[in-house]
Amino acid sequence: MRPFKFTQTNDAANAVKTVSANKSANYLAGGTNLLDLMKEDVSRPTELVDISRLSLTQIKNVGNSLSIGALARNTDTANHPLIRQNYPLLTQAILAGASQQIRNMATNGGNLLQRTRCPYFYDTAMKCNKREPGTGCDALEGINRMHAIFGWSDKCVAVYPSDMAVALAALDAVVKVQDANGKERAINFADFHRLPGDNPEKDNTLNHGELITSIELPKNDMPSKSYYLKVRDRASYAFALVSVAVTFNWKGNVIMNPRIALGGVAHKPWRALEAEKILSGSVANEENFKKAAEAEMKAAKPLEHNKFKVELGKRAIVRALQMAMNGKG
Amino acid sequence: MKYIGKEMSRVDGVAKVTGAAKYAAEFQVKNVAYGFIVQSEIAKGAIKKIDVSEAEKQSGVIKIFTHLNAVKTQSKGAAFAALQSDKIVFSGQPIALVVAETFEQARFASRLIKATYTEEKSVTETMKGETKPMRSPQTRGNPADAFKNAAVKISAEYTIPIEHHNPMEPHAAIAVWEGEKLTLFDKTQGVMGVRGHLAQSFGMKPENVQVISPFVGGAFGCALNPNYYPFLTAMAAREIKRPVKVNYTRRQMFTGHGYRPYTWQKVQIGANKDGKLQSIIHEAVGNTSSFEDFGENPNNFGRTLYECPNYDTPYKLAKLDLPTPTWMRAPGMVSGAFALESAIDELAFALKIDPLEMRLINYAEKDPETGKPFSSKALRDAYKQGASKFGWEKRKLEPRSMRDGKWLVGWGVATGIWGAFQVPASVKITLKSDGTANVGSATADIGPGTYTVITMIAAEFLGIAPNKVKFGLGDSNLPQAPVQGGSFTTASVGTATHGAAMAIKQKLFDLSGWTGIKAEDTELADGFLRGKIGSSETVKISDLMKKNNLTEITETFTSRPSAERNQYTTQAHGAQFVEVKVDEALGIIKVTRVVEATAVGKIMNPKTSHSQEMGGVVWGIGMALQEATEIDHRYGRMMTTDLASYHVPCNADIHEVETAFVEEEDKIVNPLGVKGMGELCQVGIPAAIANAIFHATGKRVRDLPISPDKLI
Ligand SMILES: Cc1cc2nc3c(=O)[nH]c(=O)nc-3n(C[C@H](O)[C@H](O)[C@H](O)COP(=O)(O)OP(=O)(O)OC[C@H]3O[C@@H](n4cnc5c(N)ncnc54)[C@H](O)[C@@H]3O)c2cc1C
Ligand code: SF4
Repeated sequence: MRPFKFTQTNDAANAVKTVSANKSANYLAGGTNLLDLMKEDVSRPTELVDISRLSLTQIKNVGNSLSIGALARNTDTANHPLIRQNYPLLTQAILAGASQQIRNMATNGGNLLQRTRCPYFYDTAMKCNKREPGTGCDALEGINRMHAIFGWSDKCVAVYPSDMAVALAALDAVVKVQDANGKERAINFADFHRLPGDNPEKDNTLNHGELITSIELPKNDMPSKSYYLKVRDRASYAFALVSVAVTFNWKGNVIMNPRIALGGVAHKPWRALEAEKILSGSVANEENFKKAAEAEMKAAKPLEHNKFKVELGKRAIVRALQMAMNGKG
Repeated sequence: MKYIGKEMSRVDGVAKVTGAAKYAAEFQVKNVAYGFIVQSEIAKGAIKKIDVSEAEKQSGVIKIFTHLNAVKTQSKGAAFAALQSDKIVFSGQPIALVVAETFEQARFASRLIKATYTEEKSVTETMKGETKPMRSPQTRGNPADAFKNAAVKISAEYTIPIEHHNPMEPHAAIAVWEGEKLTLFDKTQGVMGVRGHLAQSFGMKPENVQVISPFVGGAFGCALNPNYYPFLTAMAAREIKRPVKVNYTRRQMFTGHGYRPYTWQKVQIGANKDGKLQSIIHEAVGNTSSFEDFGENPNNFGRTLYECPNYDTPYKLAKLDLPTPTWMRAPGMVSGAFALESAIDELAFALKIDPLEMRLINYAEKDPETGKPFSSKALRDAYKQGASKFGWEKRKLEPRSMRDGKWLVGWGVATGIWGAFQVPASVKITLKSDGTANVGSATADIGPGTYTVITMIAAEFLGIAPNKVKFGLGDSNLPQAPVQGGSFTTASVGTATHGAAMAIKQKLFDLSGWTGIKAEDTELADGFLRGKIGSSETVKISDLMKKNNLTEITETFTSRPSAERNQYTTQAHGAQFVEVKVDEALGIIKVTRVVEATAVGKIMNPKTSHSQEMGGVVWGIGMALQEATEIDHRYGRMMTTDLASYHVPCNADIHEVETAFVEEEDKIVNPLGVKGMGELCQVGIPAAIANAIFHATGKRVRDLPISPDKLI
């Protein structure tokens, strides 16, 4: 990797100041993504501020939300009693990602900011607008089996790889960030990650130097059901071909407030708004599940090698809804 | 027997799990410098300019080698050698070696090297490559006519993508020069081969080169050939007059050695209504590089397996702008078996014959190729034992007829064969009067348990406890041994160990002065030379040696395959039974149960043998369902070059795996009666899985890997 300046701090304000002051500085949390990218010469920070000692590790109820520290480890988050009890969807999604060892290191903030797994992004010999804006996108007509079917542009067809974030999208999470002036900002999850458009180099709407401090989950007092389904090339330790997070409330036989997010299909967790519209107030049965899934997938625009994701996506939505219904979450 | 045939834990197990076992890159050498390989970004053409000026300025950089200043190899072989000219023959080819004080300094500087190229159009698709026919065995009978006239016909095409070995330990070497003498610590399956390669490359006497490789963290074939880095490392060390270490990164493991070639196969089978095979035309095309031929004749697989009067196996190589392929666990055989054993299953389905019955109908009692008898062949028993362990008789014939809740259940069977090879090998044993022994041979232990099995054999025939035997390997100063490959190590080095122990016994017998008994009626046991059961001669070995003023006796023995073997066909056989469960809607496949029944002669160590078989099953599962090196053919570049995108099975993919050994008493293969098993165990698995998936779903997938998208 390229030489860089390295500091450690226990003080969040200090960390934010340091990183904000240097355009090519970056935070280091668990390092499970950033260090790999540095070794591959994809990320080239000149300065790293190790934030893994910041105290932003608590998971606790705050007012009407559950607040999850940005530096809590993925493993600790997934296994926390408040999350296991009230947000089993999040537990499932986190545990569906990576491996135990990686989850032990990975932090929640780092998870949200992990970068795409597009192989062209990782290979500096290839053209990639995300890595080097303006050079082109070699995946567009290349090996794109793992790539997007929704919301891509001809500048970038990458998918965002996090499982945890798919659940957070369905749970209407809010991301809390802090800037160099000590100002806090709350970003709705739907606005946190972005589609590639003409600027695929930007994965999300954070400004340089902004530190994620916590993720907040709104409380939900109605009886609810949920399920996280991940379809992948092997039983564990593989990124999703397609994943589905579903959660809904429940009255009699009728679905209320359904929230569905898809992973592995777009540059951000893809809220299945079409499907949600159809399901909202509908009777929970296979026919309606199928109708919703069909409607959602209508807008899909597959690439040469990922046509299967459209049919797989449909079936995965139906299955996830069924599993949630059957109380398998 | 006291040790042979009984379970023994690995003698090197503790060293391995405590870190005491040293792998190539871990040797501590004073003043070592680190080399980092820079690779080409194009697949074909020439380097126009390579600018190292920026890189050279960086702190810690000692020297940068490119084709402009690298020493030329004196080796004349076709194998790729690094930095020899401006010509680019594959993407990822080394174009420079940066040597620096630390690994990170070298890697950083490597990124500042700028190369420009004159690029030519590359071809990396096998079916678009220029092909050349390869030698294949003579056509048997008249396959074309027999196929035309057959009552039932099957014709199908199968493809297997490029696959990489991906052992846990990446390749590494440390080169140390002392005057004209070179020592190389290496990860290799054959120290002698690397020694020969280096001696040739530098025009040195082989005895001036010592290659050391005591532990290998998996290799599976990727360390059979010397690869390009030993020369590169030694060249750099000689030029900068300091030891140099070069360690491949995981990505470099995809172009730094060979791989299982892409294979296209077409199988045409003609049969009678009763299932009797009449004709097999099994064509294959595999890829090689533009500069070197690598062939593995995958389509020969069935020639010695089934009774079939007409047989043809045309084979072609397609020249591509890629590195040269190499042997990868069960080379050729597993690829051929995937196609043929799938096709046999297709035939069974067409005829509504049970697929196991299908194989029995065409069972070869003697080698159909040569007419020779088999030295032993308990395949029928393997089918039988495997089937009964598996519960095969409960299988319903029709696809899609078995279920477990939402899962479709499928049962498949396939056959594996592998040659029971033996090659010349030498072993030196020194028996000491204190009752310990040193055993040495320049073989390797890439994981199968060679340290353990040779220790067992020595202990058995020297009549001492295994913990009194010290076995050394992986050092080219030890007696000559072949590479560890082809599943012939125990048959070869084990036989030599037995021979050396027998030579020591002979020496002791000569010292004993016994006349009333012949040497072959004596044995070494419990520290004594004694007559075998029924005779009373006995003498303590230490006393005998003391009496003759000997502190040690040394014998070196070279074993060779016997002439008698030529009158037989020598093969190992296996039957694989697989259960899969398929979630059809989502394309998810679980291999829930595997029964692997093998007939591989004498089982020396049931514990490590079971491990070998398990490993082969896991490899078969990977090959069937997951493994593929994807190439972007526009650039001729491999794109799945890390372990996040090149999938091998993880724990959650592996369920029940049962092994059964059908013992064979075979004194023809070698005196120990042992046949290799490390590759055999994988051969039938991909086909058995594909067959089980067909039985579960009614879908025949002929292109590996069978990933979820192919089932939905
Ligand atoms: C082989 C492999 C397989 C994997 N498989 C999966 C999978 O299947 N599913 C899945 O979801 N994930 C998977 N992962 C990814 C893994 O979840 C991420 O690497 C991990 O979550 C990143 O967290 P980290 O703390 O290590 O981040 P780091 O690597 O430390 O940081 C990542 C980025 O986030 C920034 N950052 C970190 N914390 C903050 C903060 N508080 N505020 C602002 N910026 C911050 C860093 O500056 C950096 O740019 C896999 C990873 C590997 C290596
Ligand atoms: S899809 Fe995006 S990340 Fe991949 S090559 Fe194209 S621009 Fe780069």
